[in-house]
Amino acid sequence: MSDQNANPYAFVRTETLPELPPPARETGAVKWMRENLFSSIPNGILTVLALYFIYLVLSSTLPWITGGIWTTSSLAECREVLNGKSAACFSVLTERWNQLLYGFKYPAEAYWRPNLALLLLLIAIAPVLFFDLPRKLLIFTAIYPFLAFWLIWGGTILAPIVALLGVVAGGVVFQLYGKNSFAVGFFGGIIAAFVVWWLGGALIPEGASENAMLSAVPSRDLGGFMLNMMLGVTCVSLSVPLGIALALGRQSNMPLIKGICVIFIEFVRGVPLITLLFVASVMLSYFFPPDSTVDLFLRVVIMITMFSAAYIAEVIRGGLAALPKGQYEAADSLGLDYAQAMRLIILPQALKISIPGIVNVAVGLFKDTTLVSVISMFDLVGMIRGPILASTEWNGVYWELLGFAALLFFVVCYGISQYSQWLERRLATDHR
Amino acid sequence: MKKSVIFGALTVAGLAAGAAAAGTLDDVKARGKLNCGVTTGLVGFAAPDANGNWDGFDVGVCRAVAAAVLGDANAVEFVPTTGKTRFTALASGEIDMLARNTTWTFSRDVDLKFTFVGVNYYDGQGFMVPAELGVSSAKELDGATVCIQTGTTTELNLADFFRANNISYEPVPIETNAEAQQQYLAGACDVYTTDASGLAATRATFEDPGAHVLLPEIISKEPLGPLVRHGDNNWGDVVRWSLNALITAEELGVTSANIAEMSAGTNNPEVNRLLGTEGSLGEMLGLSADWAKNAIMAGGNYGELFEKNIGENTPIGLARGLNAQWTDGGLIYSPPFR
Amino acid sequence: MTTLTDPPKESFRISMLIHDTRYRSLTFQAIAAALLALAIWYLGNNLIQNLRAAGLNISYSFLGEPAGYDINQRLVDYDSQSTHAKAALVGLLNTLLVAFLACVTATIFGVIAGVLRLSNNWIVSKLMAIYVEIFRNIPVLIWIIIIFTIMTAVLPGPRAFRGDNATSSMVLDLFAFTNRGIYIPMPWFESGLFASPTMNWVLVLAVLAGSWFATRRVSAWATHKQEDTGVRPKTIWINLAIWFVPVALLLMIMGLTWEVPALKGFNFKGGIKIGGPLIALWFALSIYTGAFIAENVRAGIQAVSKGQTEAASALGLRSGRVMNLVVLPQALRVIIPPLISQYLNITKNSSLAIAVGYADITATLGGITLNQTGRAIECVLLLMLFYLTASLLISMAMNLYNASVKLKER
Repeated sequence: MSDQNANPYAFVRTETLPELPPPARETGAVKWMRENLFSSIPNGILTVLALYFIYLVLSSTLPWITGGIWTTSSLAECREVLNGKSAACFSVLTERWNQLLYGFKYPAEAYWRPNLALLLLLIAIAPVLFFDLPRKLLIFTAIYPFLAFWLIWGGTILAPIVALLGVVAGGVVFQLYGKNSFAVGFFGGIIAAFVVWWLGGALIPEGASENAMLSAVPSRDLGGFMLNMMLGVTCVSLSVPLGIALALGRQSNMPLIKGICVIFIEFVRGVPLITLLFVASVMLSYFFPPDSTVDLFLRVVIMITMFSAAYIAEVIRGGLAALPKGQYEAADSLGLDYAQAMRLIILPQALKISIPGIVNVAVGLFKDTTLVSVISMFDLVGMIRGPILASTEWNGVYWELLGFAALLFFVVCYGISQYSQWLERRLATDHR
Repeated sequence: MKKSVIFGALTVAGLAAGAAAAGTLDDVKARGKLNCGVTTGLVGFAAPDANGNWDGFDVGVCRAVAAAVLGDANAVEFVPTTGKTRFTALASGEIDMLARNTTWTFSRDVDLKFTFVGVNYYDGQGFMVPAELGVSSAKELDGATVCIQTGTTTELNLADFFRANNISYEPVPIETNAEAQQQYLAGACDVYTTDASGLAATRATFEDPGAHVLLPEIISKEPLGPLVRHGDNNWGDVVRWSLNALITAEELGVTSANIAEMSAGTNNPEVNRLLGTEGSLGEMLGLSADWAKNAIMAGGNYGELFEKNIGENTPIGLARGLNAQWTDGGLIYSPPFR
Repeated sequence: MTTLTDPPKESFRISMLIHDTRYRSLTFQAIAAALLALAIWYLGNNLIQNLRAAGLNISYSFLGEPAGYDINQRLVDYDSQSTHAKAALVGLLNTLLVAFLACVTATIFGVIAGVLRLSNNWIVSKLMAIYVEIFRNIPVLIWIIIIFTIMTAVLPGPRAFRGDNATSSMVLDLFAFTNRGIYIPMPWFESGLFASPTMNWVLVLAVLAGSWFATRRVSAWATHKQEDTGVRPKTIWINLAIWFVPVALLLMIMGLTWEVPALKGFNFKGGIKIGGPLIALWFALSIYTGAFIAENVRAGIQAVSKGQTEAASALGLRSGRVMNLVVLPQALRVIIPPLISQYLNITKNSSLAIAVGYADITATLGGITLNQTGRAIECVLLLMLFYLTASLLISMAMNLYNASVKLKER
């Protein structure tokens, strides 16, 4: 078309039309609503119902929350201030704040110790949770349990030091002899640790705890949300190694060891945690030597650890089963023995796949620590159902306390589960 | 003690070792603390206050025993127990004595092998109903829904009472006192039943105590007292006579106010024997001569403990009633100190 | 030239117990057996010594003695003169009842929430996400207590129904919602064919079972016809008739009437009572576990690749049949195994009945019986035995079902 004049049409537009905005119903909020809220009649009905539901919930709770009273010292006083209005008495939270968090017996001047322990926990756990951090931080993670024990329970610093030394001695012996034979190193390490503990225990002077830098706190005095956190963290970290051992034992081709592990795992998974806690509170003391008593905290830790170890073992077994058989065969063909193959080839991969599962077990376990309130331990729920609701000042406050407990657990558990989802995305290294 | 440190290093949280063979009294002395089992919280009898200090009538008994044995009323470790855990805690040696408003019954004494050393409160099971129901006797409760706090002899008494009167009811067993109250106040049950002292304590905390009435029937005998394990009679004697010392002190007019001057010596030989200025009663028990004096000074005599924790001037407001001294027509009676 | 010779015969040496893999496993197992025996001996010895020191013994004879307490929720005859064993049985049946009910409703909640979470309605899917996250991240014990408290506080007591200016009234004059429980009318027969009501109900069930078999036959006939002629005859009216006509006739003959609950004295009398603690526990367990099942269902549906749906549509299947015939059977394979463990969790979590006063086995055998007799070891052992048996039976049954829906690989 070189000849412009030969154009048979009377008018030809030479420039493009300016873009018109799309029709109102196909753009912006309206389009979004049409597509996402009212795409069909049933959908529209659902939307309206959902909106009505949200309105119902908010209209009944919001005034109650915003009108809350924060400064009275008893329920009667709060009711007086409210003067018949329906609103929350959050003053129970401000007045009993420390009791809810630390229990009613933990010495008030020592509250900084669990706080510090919690802070250090975040530092210690960081290199475990985030692989990008420098590996050297793991040294602090290894020291942390002993440090936290000393901070929370107080008493002589010698006890945790001796405990740490025992572990170090065990580790050193394992390094020395473990290269030749895993079994010799392993059992040698355990014996070395026990020797150090025995010697150290004998060397610690009697009454060393009485004038220690940090005053000793008996574990019966622990309580509140702190108790939930401690039970959760202690039991999960103790049960991971136990769970690995059980999972390996269940995969073993030695019938006796396999049998023991299977029976243990299936037994523990078959009964509710509450019966295991009954065992801890009413039965276990009969199984310890007649001349010693083990405090309730330790008995509960034992039972919860067993409980979560069985669940973690099943998660890890899943991880082990997910590894291709070629990995096992490759390790064998390299001439690695069982311990080396597990340590260097199998477990690093299997554990990596199992971490999201382990985190889920950990969240479930953390929630289940509230059950200790049934056996007269004053955790967060125990404090609410026991001393606080039984007191003359706060008899009759339910929603504020239960809501607070729910919120606290939600924040922690939701945080952990978000981490777990992040980790799953992070670990998904396959290309889809 | 050595052993406990070793175990402590081994197990992180610590095993407290005590040589059971030596007897509970020696254990307590060696430990320097009395482990006393109490309830998880019943206002007036044993409950932690806002600062975490245990307070109450049962707690007073624990403190008196601690003072008698160790000379220090604060050398007590209070172990909260539920109805379920209390007997195991005592039988397994976790606690040295139990002062948890526990009813003295035949089977607990004989079958479970515990020694009740005495009675510190004579109670009985009663009923509380809203005044608007217009019920004036428990026998009118046919078909009612009854809230019970579990873990006590309450369930059995209730079943016996309704069976004996041939009327029906619906039991609602509730784990804690606070939750039982909540059910009762919301009208989920018509009646709340537990020991009469507990009912009074519960009613005292209501918004409108006047809207609830206690029915006249007391359907059971509930002698509540401290208990120890069978088989350690020496320790049983210590607890028994610590309690008796409190009772005798009231009878003889020894109070925490005048005990200092009385222990200088009086004309009454029984007071002198009690306070250790005459005779060697303390030595016979294996305690110091001023054991009873310490026990009384810990929280006052029986009457003072009663008035301070559950008496008529407290929110709980219990009258002495059966728990008056025998000289005032009550049942509180201590064998003589001689 | 080489000759094959047997490897030199090794004589057994002690060191082979550690270094030779053939014998090493024997060594380890021997050590493990020794340690196990030692541990059992140690614990058993401690137990015997402790019991002797306390003067106690292990005896189950208390089970034969009268329990002495009453239970409000019971499926079998029981009064305070029945034995402890009977009380434990009542508790056991109550546990199974609430576990069964909660499994059914949790599945319903879970499937609805799981499907709605994938819905393209933004607000509904977000609402379901909130539901799932809130319930998954707060302990079930707190939920049970909260729901029980809500029920007690929100529903009226029977007192509110009384008097001239009653603040509450029965729904349709048939149902009463109180904070002690829900009362619904109870059907019974005026002129039953048998003397015992149970037998009459068995008869009704038998007729229903007969109808079910008949409809199966009809469907089989329709399929046969479809294969022969290519046209599936309409069976819906026949099936409906087979379902309803015989049973309706039977009920008419036996004179079905309804006993309506009415306020008498302190409580509603008559009708069927579904107790408050049962409802609270049932609802709390269902809605809590429903959140977990919703996640399983969502994962299951997402695991079915989109190509399957598209292929089914390309074959000309309608969307309902795509779901029924293609997506669900495949999703089910992914959903069933986690569903089994959720059912087990419900059964185990039902032991938290203790917090709401529902008389399950933990509250009877492990609660009041334990308190009254002080036989802690015996009670706890029996309790664990029951839960263990129940768990094993449930997982066995569900695994059998799982095997039947599993992908058959040949």
